[in-house]
Amino acid sequence: MLKNYDELNDIHIDVLREIGNIGAGNAASALATILDERVDISLPRVRITDFDTAINALGGAETMTVGVLVNFSGEANGMIMFLLNMEDAKNIMDILVGDTEDDDNLLSELKLSAIKEIGNILGSSYINSISTLTGLVINISIPYIAIDMAGALMSVPIIEFGSVGDKVMFIEESFSAEENHLKSNIIMFAEIETLKIIMERLGLDI
Amino acid sequence: MSELLVVGISDYKFSRNPNVLVTYALGSCIGICLYDKQMKIGGLSHIMLPESSMFSKNEINRMKFADTAIVDLIQEMRRYGANVSKLTAKIAGGAQMFEVQQGSAIGTIGDRNIKSVKSVLQSLRIPLLAEDTGLNYGRTVYFDLETGIMKVQSLSRNVKEF
Repeated sequence: MLKNYDELNDIHIDVLREIGNIGAGNAASALATILDERVDISLPRVRITDFDTAINALGGAETMTVGVLVNFSGEANGMIMFLLNMEDAKNIMDILVGDTEDDDNLLSELKLSAIKEIGNILGSSYINSISTLTGLVINISIPYIAIDMAGALMSVPIIEFGSVGDKVMFIEESFSAEENHLKSNIIMFAEIETLKIIMERLGLDI
Repeated sequence: MSELLVVGISDYKFSRNPNVLVTYALGSCIGICLYDKQMKIGGLSHIMLPESSMFSKNEINRMKFADTAIVDLIQEMRRYGANVSKLTAKIAGGAQMFEVQQGSAIGTIGDRNIKSVKSVLQSLRIPLLAEDTGLNYGRTVYFDLETGIMKVQSLSRNVKEF
């Protein structure tokens, strides 16, 4: 009986990795369409870590990061976060809306909402593929954006999914678009109950 | 030589002058600085959630919750030589990192953490001297045990001292 993330065994982790592969693969093709260039995707990493490691997982706790959060709920509950550093966020926007003047660290409202929309599209593609794969009915929220320390952004899903036990689980992939040297990350957190349901739907005996 | 001691998430540490305690990138979590000015002994707790009561006792990490972490830290500081009746507090954090829809639980966790920390401090009769809480940005907290000053650092904002 699975209760905590650290009880996930190798077979579970293999299945989760495959889910990440399919979800992020779908998201990567959406990103490729948006950018109109090839997007490579890393191997999925299923991370089961303590909170501090999770806070530091994406380039250091205090690194300025742009994060778009999409919540999903219904027969599966969790969060998808699309994360990129300021430089990459600006580059993506230069590609999409042209090179315009910005304050040093701030992105204009227009650019913010464009990035929010990209996060939304990637999150939806990810969740749609899980939904198609499992037949689960999953609703997704509108996208939310924040620009802040990576650790402070990561603390949001950590608080949400770390209330029981001392570990969190997330599936992480990075995207890279070679032509424009863009890097970004997509991560998926889900309730332990949700992981169980997904694995059962895929025929695993939990 | 002063030493920099790092406090993780759902963790606490205590020490004395001239050391400095630090906790990085507080979002909705709260950093609680407790200080005995006379002994120059201080503790810093980084809590994640307001209350342990909704979880069964043998499953919880007491350092994760405001109600259990503060009480335990004070116990440890007492054993270390702090005068508990002289303790004062400064707190930072409890932000709402994403502007989520009204009524969603993630949107209110920062506020609930602030309320819980304040009520625990009040019930223990520890005066709250300063706070830098709420709003929508992350904070790193340095707590200097020589001076008792809590320094709050955020991105694209001036450093604040309390």
